[in-house]
Amino acid sequence: MKYNEQAKVLENREFASGYRYLTVEAPKQAAEMQPGQFVHIRVPTLEQSALRRPFSVFDAADGKVTVLYKSVGRGTTALSKVQVGETVEIQGPLGRGFPAKCDGVALLVGGGFGVAPLHFLAKRLPKSILFVGGRTKDDLLALDRFEALGVETKVATNDGSAGYKGFVVGPLDETINELRAKGEKFELFTCGPDGLLKAVTERALALKVPGWISVDRHMICGMGACFACIQKTVRGNSRCCIEGPVFKAEELVW
Amino acid sequence: MVNMGTNLGGLAMRSPVATASGTFGYGHEYRDIVDYSKLGAVTAKGVRMEAWPGNAMMRHAEVPGGLVNAIGLQGMGVKHFLERDMFMYSMVKDAPPVIVNVWGGTEDEYAQVAETISAAGKPQIGAIEMNVSCPNVKAGGHTFGQDPKVLFSVVSKVRAATKLPLIVKLAPNVPAIAPYVQACEDAGADALSLINTIPAMVIDIEKRVPVLGNRTGGLSGRCVHPAAVKVVYDAHRVTKLPILAMGGIYEAKDAIEFMLAGASAVAIGTATFSAPDTAAKVYDGIVEYCERHGFGSVGELTGALCES
Ligand SMILES: Cc1cc2nc3c(=O)[nH]c(=O)nc-3n(C[C@H](O)[C@H](O)[C@H](O)COP(=O)(O)OP(=O)(O)OC[C@H]3O[C@@H](n4cnc5c(N)ncnc54)[C@H](O)[C@@H]3O)c2cc1C
Ligand SMILES: Cc1cc2nc3c(=O)[nH]c(=O)nc-3n(C[C@H](O)[C@H](O)[C@H](O)COP(=O)(O)O)c2cc1C
Ligand code: FES
Repeated sequence: MKYNEQAKVLENREFASGYRYLTVEAPKQAAEMQPGQFVHIRVPTLEQSALRRPFSVFDAADGKVTVLYKSVGRGTTALSKVQVGETVEIQGPLGRGFPAKCDGVALLVGGGFGVAPLHFLAKRLPKSILFVGGRTKDDLLALDRFEALGVETKVATNDGSAGYKGFVVGPLDETINELRAKGEKFELFTCGPDGLLKAVTERALALKVPGWISVDRHMICGMGACFACIQKTVRGNSRCCIEGPVFKAEELVW
Repeated sequence: MVNMGTNLGGLAMRSPVATASGTFGYGHEYRDIVDYSKLGAVTAKGVRMEAWPGNAMMRHAEVPGGLVNAIGLQGMGVKHFLERDMFMYSMVKDAPPVIVNVWGGTEDEYAQVAETISAAGKPQIGAIEMNVSCPNVKAGGHTFGQDPKVLFSVVSKVRAATKLPLIVKLAPNVPAIAPYVQACEDAGADALSLINTIPAMVIDIEKRVPVLGNRTGGLSGRCVHPAAVKVVYDAHRVTKLPILAMGGIYEAKDAIEFMLAGASAVAIGTATFSAPDTAAKVYDGIVEYCERHGFGSVGELTGALCES
């Protein structure tokens, strides 16, 4: 069931430069939300005709929904000005999320705000390892929140300011090789820029392991009604908001 | 009690408020969050005979006061619509009749789609709306709605193919609407839909490229409303055909303007995306307006402009 709730803002806190946690009271959606699903938020300070903005769910529990967002344009900048106690209209749970179980170790691969749905997922999959990459150590988000869940984290930065120097697929491939050497099973889960999604898709297909890829496309309705949010798949032009955002690696056509 | 019932060229509507094609999927997608009891009809997204992939991404851009879209009429074809989407629609609570928006690459295809829909005999299907005015898909370099002779011909063919109430959806970007209205009347249409989107373009100045995959698209939303009111007004002055008006309705006031200009019913489009409760609020606002102004029935609003 999908809902449109008038949700009271409980938190809208900057935790790193340009990045915030927005937590709202949305009990119906919180109760049914699955990892990888998203919400469509109406930014109250934008003009009446402004479209909603889609955000993956970082956490949903106890009647509350949290998103982790980056201020990139006029909508997210306006959202950053919303005060605790004010109301935002939020539609969800939307889309098809990640499966809530995993055969073996869950390798979670995130880039930028793509770590958001992986955090919610990690709560359900205790045997997970998070791989996250960025240009510098300042781009590595919410590591403390993953560590608090007991998730092992492996980081890569292009400038070497933290962890592995280079791209995140470096440490990912190392771990994959170790697991394969030990004969351990694993699955891949990813969300982030298209380049990263492609790299993870390729690995899932080559290794014949399940790969779950969360795709980000510009959206209008978020409900499957307008056909704006297209990703090419083996079925043709698929709507990310309803057939995704999480696709199986073998469904995607890049 | 205000009588909110209306009749759109043979389509009995319990409410003058409908949804606009392409903005409400095939009618069932919003079933969890929209109160259908205040809708007089829903209009399905455009269907043709076969599946159609639509345009390349990007398919839309938000602009001040509205939206430019170039979806390109993606769909699975009429058979899929009749079997799968109409089945999904049968599960919607308080569902009103469906107006099926149709299009084709040729005049014969328009007629074939209309005939297929009629022959299916689905009781929930209340009318056919011909889209001869989509700016995003062209046949022979122009849309069927840009030449009154072509328009007369294609509407006549569809008229012969169906007994369902036939609505023709016209483009706003013509020098004068009267010849197009006349062509629809002569060809036996039962009603008109006004307006489709207005051709538009958005450019990314940093990359120096068009934003839309299709390069150009159609403008809808708040900003088109006054232009749409003018077209409805012009059309109503030259025809007795009932008009389903759309273009930038966000509040009851916008819908009432359309009715005073000559519309018998209205459709909510782009507003649903940001505020899915728009149709219900518009319905309530029309009731309130009728009560305040002493109108016993919503039909009395049609063309009730006080002009000297
Ligand atoms: C399924 C999904 C999940 C997402 N999850 C997150 C998340 O967890 N955290 C986060 O920070 N961001 C997330 N995004 C991206 C977020 O929606 C955009 O950053 C946001 O819409 C930008 O709005 P704006 O007005 O600030 O930017 P502008 O550039 O001013 O926006 C202009 C238009 O483009 C759209 N747009 C711009 N960038 C994107 C984008 N990357 N994806 C989709 N639409 C975009 C806007 O919605 C708006 O309609 C997600 C997107 C999708 C589709
Ligand atoms: C995303 C989108 C898709 C549309 N698709 C169709 C369509 O398939 N057929 C059609 O006749 N009109 C289509 N339209 C036009 C609308 O039905 C309506 O005429 C127009 O948007 C003006 O109303 P509005 O400003 O309330 O949206 C579409 C509009 C939008 C925004
Ligand atoms: S955003 Fe409308 S179909 Fe996906």
